[in-house]
Amino acid sequence: MELYQMTAHQLHELLRKKEVTSQEITQSVFDRVQQVEDRIHSYITLLPELAMKQAQEADDRIRKGDFGRLTGIPVAIKDLICTQGIRTTCGSHILDNFVPNYDATVTMKLKKAGAVFVGKTNMDEFAMGSSTENSYFGPTRNPWDLERIPGGSSGGSAASVAAGECILSLGSDTGGSIRQPAACCGIVGLKPTYGRVSRYGLVAFASSLDQIGPFAKDVRDAALMLTAISGYEPRDSTSINLPVPDYTQSLSHDVQSLVLGVPQEAFGEGIDPEVEATVREAIRSLEKLGAKIVEVSLPHSQYAVAVYYIIAPAEASSNLARYDGVKYGFRAKGSHDLLEMYKETRSQGFGSEVKRRIMLGTYALSAGYYDAYYRKASQVRTLIGGDFEKAFGQCDALLLPTAPTPAFKLGEKVDDPLEMYLSDIYTIPCNLAGLPGISLPCGFSQTGLPIGLQILGNHFQEEKILRVAYAYERNTDHHLRKPNL
Amino acid sequence: MEYEPVIGLEVHAQMLTKSKIFCSCSTAFGADPNTHTCPVCTGLPGSLPVLNRTVVEYTIRAALATHCEIAPYSLFARKNYFYPDLPKGYQISQYELPLSSSGFVDVQVDKDKKRIAIIRIHMEEDAGKLMHDLSSERGAHSYVDFNRTGVPLIEIVSAPEIRSPEEAAAYLRKLRAILMFLDICDGNMEEGSFRCDANISLRPKGQKTLGVKTELKNMNSFRNVQRALDYEIRRQTALLDQGEGIIQETRLWDAARGVTSSMRSKEEAHDYRYFPDPDLVPIVVDLEWVKALKASLPELPNTKKERFIREYEIPEYDAEVLTSSKSLANYYEACLQIYAKPKIVSNWIMSELLRELKRDEREIEECPVPAKNLAEMLKLIDDGLISGRIAKSVFEEMYQSGKKADEIVKEKGWIQVTDTSAIERTVEEVLGKHPKEVEEYKKGKDKLFGFFVGQVMKATQGKANPQLVNDLLKKKL
Repeated sequence: MELYQMTAHQLHELLRKKEVTSQEITQSVFDRVQQVEDRIHSYITLLPELAMKQAQEADDRIRKGDFGRLTGIPVAIKDLICTQGIRTTCGSHILDNFVPNYDATVTMKLKKAGAVFVGKTNMDEFAMGSSTENSYFGPTRNPWDLERIPGGSSGGSAASVAAGECILSLGSDTGGSIRQPAACCGIVGLKPTYGRVSRYGLVAFASSLDQIGPFAKDVRDAALMLTAISGYEPRDSTSINLPVPDYTQSLSHDVQSLVLGVPQEAFGEGIDPEVEATVREAIRSLEKLGAKIVEVSLPHSQYAVAVYYIIAPAEASSNLARYDGVKYGFRAKGSHDLLEMYKETRSQGFGSEVKRRIMLGTYALSAGYYDAYYRKASQVRTLIGGDFEKAFGQCDALLLPTAPTPAFKLGEKVDDPLEMYLSDIYTIPCNLAGLPGISLPCGFSQTGLPIGLQILGNHFQEEKILRVAYAYERNTDHHLRKPNL
Repeated sequence: MEYEPVIGLEVHAQMLTKSKIFCSCSTAFGADPNTHTCPVCTGLPGSLPVLNRTVVEYTIRAALATHCEIAPYSLFARKNYFYPDLPKGYQISQYELPLSSSGFVDVQVDKDKKRIAIIRIHMEEDAGKLMHDLSSERGAHSYVDFNRTGVPLIEIVSAPEIRSPEEAAAYLRKLRAILMFLDICDGNMEEGSFRCDANISLRPKGQKTLGVKTELKNMNSFRNVQRALDYEIRRQTALLDQGEGIIQETRLWDAARGVTSSMRSKEEAHDYRYFPDPDLVPIVVDLEWVKALKASLPELPNTKKERFIREYEIPEYDAEVLTSSKSLANYYEACLQIYAKPKIVSNWIMSELLRELKRDEREIEECPVPAKNLAEMLKLIDDGLISGRIAKSVFEEMYQSGKKADEIVKEKGWIQVTDTSAIERTVEEVLGKHPKEVEEYKKGKDKLFGFFVGQVMKATQGKANPQLVNDLLKKKL
């Protein structure tokens, strides 16, 4: 097996035993990038020079015995996480020349851990999308079928891990942007509890929903990465001051004492029969492993997509107001007055999906509409959270599909935003309630496309969903299958 | 027709915290542009606000001092609008659920006392400053200085209960004094630490329903607030008398021209699209903390005023003036420490001292005569060393030179003559020079007594003890 195909925990063992160097691993990864990036386009910015320097430093640390489990491991970072001195575009023309002068909290944590930065990954502009087709830098393709989308918005982060262009990566999940691409690309993706990982330095899409999380080739690697990036950040008022466990310690394969809930609403209208059959089979496997399966109900989840498409655009319309051409980023030339500069900069700088959502959000917050839209949506959001609270009174974790269909074809849904929005029907409720969720491979369609199983836990119960995911993974080999590139 | 003005004021007061409201940058005024900035206050992508606890504390102090209720749970909201001095494209403020509400300020206008209700006091961040260079060789340029973005402000909204420009000024003076007594605002109107917008409408006297209002901005002194309101009352009166309607709009005060002019109409007014800021958590105020803050409030202007009236037995008017600023009240009491005659000290401060300060546009803090020096001068009068008349010259000299009274008196040779034989000689000389007047006086023209006193004082260059002069003249005549 090539080095780039291995997991972080496998590579760590080799590094620890001094059987390989980080420089060799990094070289292997960049060779792979060379081989496949033309076809996949996972990255907006590649950082070969920085990476080789970091690899060398990691090797020095390892030689001195001063290293952790991520030291020397090549990682990729979604391009809306600030990296000091490295362009951070958010997949947008309006920030295509923006170089942050500070590091996000997670960037800082990865640097301290000694990780090697391969590059900044492609994404839907400002994380708005489910296919990575809304990137100013062009789409990313699914390593399993180049005609298909990798999911989104963290499509580049998911595809880079699936294609072996990095070992681990970071994405962000506002309505499914980690879990859905993880499902599409046949890898593990985890969205932590809101507040578990600091958003400091994460360029905001919808502040009350955004959360950074890992992509990995298996559950253990996801646990490793989660442990590295979690924790309280005093500069982030929404980060929660709770101790961070070593999440790899929770990876027991015992699910016998656990009660797992299957929401009645989990297999609703529009679900692909192959996805339904595969996920149901995964639920039966967990039952065979000794978990007790119960049916639960999330009656308000039917409103989740509607609520999400009011709250997220409303927050976004405000969060994206700062891109006005005054201070940084793109500024349209030739304007004669302030208003014209604003209009031209934002008209030319933003793509059509971003503009659509800014308009939706502006409308929802407007005088006379606020009560009917934003306030009502916030109230329903509370009810959705209440459903989960009730469900977690009956079970330890919830099982459901990650996405209603396997990866669809490029261009298939770009002209139908509503259809596109429904790709996130199973992932959105978790964000609205601030819960942790994980997606892991649970099988393949007849045409060989990966299908994801989603496991949701109660607040700050990442250990529980990791435990269920790990138990399932230990007894299956879907995660070992690799795309044929 | 006779109209009644209905005025409501919105005051923005800058809090005297060391650091900004949502980051640790300095709030100091006057630094080089953009040197007190960071990713948070320049609104860089990915930066997040964290609330400065001291701002909450100061706001609670202001709220308690104005008899407001403190909300145990309140929220920050985003006020969305585009302007180059607003780096995030929204201002973090409070909208629904402000930190405090329902208070009042008692003010005095001439003889009348009036209670003006406060609707709410909330926290918010200031915006930056634009600078325009029209003379640049490259053509006109605009620059933004973000030093001021994120400087903490409180907004104090009065009820529309103010009925005249004088009442408005009295309310503002009292409010400013309260904030300065609390040490939470420096009250500097020129630097913008204390600014005011006014809403004003007219209605026929006796009518209950409100007229159409205009909002006045850009008034940077108490005088300008009064002038702008006066102008606006005249303007609206003229329009109403002609049967024309008032247009609801925002108007800018032009101090140089003494007029207000339209800035934007209601149709052009912003829709600020307020919503709770998801980057900040709700502000939950511990009631024990509020209790402790309440217990630690200093003596406030009106309490001090009542005490001055009670303790020093000075007239209400004197007490109102002396408590108009904390420094002035302190000055007064420092004088009393040395010279314990409250009404005399009050007279000197209110007439001589404040006149000099007003002429030089100085604040009491910049007064060149320390309280101790004034008090010691007053002692010299009591000790008979100088006369009350000479004392006024001594005071002027003290104010100009900063020297002490006894030094000045010595230097200028202004020590009062209390030597009876010396004065007696002068009295005799004066009487000898004016036999005609002596004759007339003796015939019953009593008024001439003053003439003789004046002549003696003139001859002694004002240094003779007036009481002795009186006694001796009476004896000799």
